[in-house]
Amino acid sequence: MELKGRKMVSLNEFTTNEIEEIVDAALEISTDITGYGKLLQGYIMGALFYEASTRTRLSFESAMLRLGGKVVGFADASTSSSKKGESLADTIRVMDDYCDIIVLRHPKEGSAKLAGQFSTVPIINAGDGGHKHPTQTLTDLVTLKKEFARISNLKIALCGDLRFGRTVHSMLETLSRWKGNSFVLISPEKLRIPEWLRSNLEEMDIDFTEITDLETGIERADVLYMTRIQKERFFSEKEYLKLKNAYILDVKRLKNSPSEMIVMHPLPRVNEIDYDVDNDDRSRYFQQAANGVPARMALLALLLGRWRQ
Amino acid sequence: MKVKAIDRGIVIDHITAGKGLEIFRKLKLKNVHFPVVLLMNVASTRYGKKDVIKVENRIDLDMEMLALMDHQLIVNIIENNVVAEKRKPSLPRHIKGLFNCENPRCISNEDPYVSSSFVRIDTEKKTYQCIYCEENVSLMDKRF
Ligand SMILES: [Zn+2]
Repeated sequence: MELKGRKMVSLNEFTTNEIEEIVDAALEISTDITGYGKLLQGYIMGALFYEASTRTRLSFESAMLRLGGKVVGFADASTSSSKKGESLADTIRVMDDYCDIIVLRHPKEGSAKLAGQFSTVPIINAGDGGHKHPTQTLTDLVTLKKEFARISNLKIALCGDLRFGRTVHSMLETLSRWKGNSFVLISPEKLRIPEWLRSNLEEMDIDFTEITDLETGIERADVLYMTRIQKERFFSEKEYLKLKNAYILDVKRLKNSPSEMIVMHPLPRVNEIDYDVDNDDRSRYFQQAANGVPARMALLALLLGRWRQ
Repeated sequence: MKVKAIDRGIVIDHITAGKGLEIFRKLKLKNVHFPVVLLMNVASTRYGKKDVIKVENRIDLDMEMLALMDHQLIVNIIENNVVAEKRKPSLPRHIKGLFNCENPRCISNEDPYVSSSFVRIDTEKKTYQCIYCEENVSLMDKRF
C-alpha cells in the first residue's frame, strides 16, 4: 500500500517493507539534513500536544521546519480547547481544515486511533498514554540500520524495567518481525517482560533468553538497549537500592562486551548509564536522539506524498 | 417433572445451569400473554445440569445477545410438534457501546463523542479487544 495519506497509530499497521522505506528515506535525509528545505513548502503541520513532551515536540517541529513547512499547535493541554471541555473528536475535525498533517500527543490510550476516525489528513501518534509511541521506535530502527546496514540478524540485549517499559515492549514487538533477530532480556526477576508479550514471542518462535546479570547478558550482543528502572516499580526502598546498582552501566561492566557493540538508550537517562560511558566508542544514545529528526522528516514527507514523487 | 411438549414455538436448551433466569428476564418473558416455562437444574447428559426455557410462540431472538449471555445454549425452533431448526448462537465480531472498556486510561472512557468498541479475538475464551487502547476483556463472567 502507498504510504501517502496513511495514518500512523502504531507500527503494527505497517509492513516491514513499508517501515524500511521510511527508515531508508531517513538515512538518506540524514546525510544531507539541510538539503530538503523546499520539500514541504506550503504545508502546515498541526502539533497537538495534550501533555507536555518537549523532546518529542521539538523534534517534530524541527523536522517540519527543516522540510520548509510551517507548524501550528499547542504544547500542553492548559492552553488548548480541551480545557474548555471540547472533545478530541471535535478538535480534530476543526484542525483537519487548518493543517495538512496532524501530530498528536495525548495522555489517554487509544486517542490517536480515535483522532484517525475523524481526520481526513494523516495523523501521527506522538504517544498515547502508555500505549504506543511509533516514532520513537522508528528512530531506534534508523539508528540500527545506520550502524549495521540491516535491521535483521541482530543480537539485541535489553536491560532495565522490561515489565512496565513501553519502549522495550515496542522494540521487542517490532524487531521480532525481522528475520534472525534474537534477544537477551536483562532485568530483576520482578521486572521481567509481561506474560502477554512472552506468549507472543513464544508463539512467533523468537529466540530470547531472560537473565538477571548485565555483564553476562552483553558478552555477545550487537546492541545493548538500556532503559530506566523507576523507583516506584519497587515494593520497598530497600529493594530498590539493592537492585538498582546492578543495572547501572559503567565502563567496568562494558569491559567484556564486544568492541563493535553499540549502547542505546531512549533518553532522558537518570543514572542508569554512567557519564564515563559517554566517551566509550560504543555509546550511541546521543546519535540515536539526533536520528529522531531525520526519522520524522522522512515520515512527514512520505505520508504527505512528497518523497520521490 | 414433566412439562407438556409444545406444538409451535421455541425451546432454548442447554442453558448453563444458573443462567436461565437472567436470560428469561432479558427476553422479557415475564409479561407475555402466551405460555412460557423456565426450568432450572434439569438433568443434562452433556453438562450434568442445565436450564431450559420453553416459549409457546414464535418470538424474535437476538442471537448475538444470547451468545454473549451464554454461548453454550442451543435454540430449537418447533413447528408441528417437531424441531424444525436448531440454531447455535455465535458471538458477534464487533460489539459497540454495550459496555465500557475496563481500562481507566482508555480514551473511550473519556471522550464524550466516542462509544466503546470491541472486536472479537478469541471465541473459545470469549475474549474481545478494545479497538482504541487494545486491552483485552473476557466476557466469560460478564452480565448483560
Ligand atoms: Zn479501551
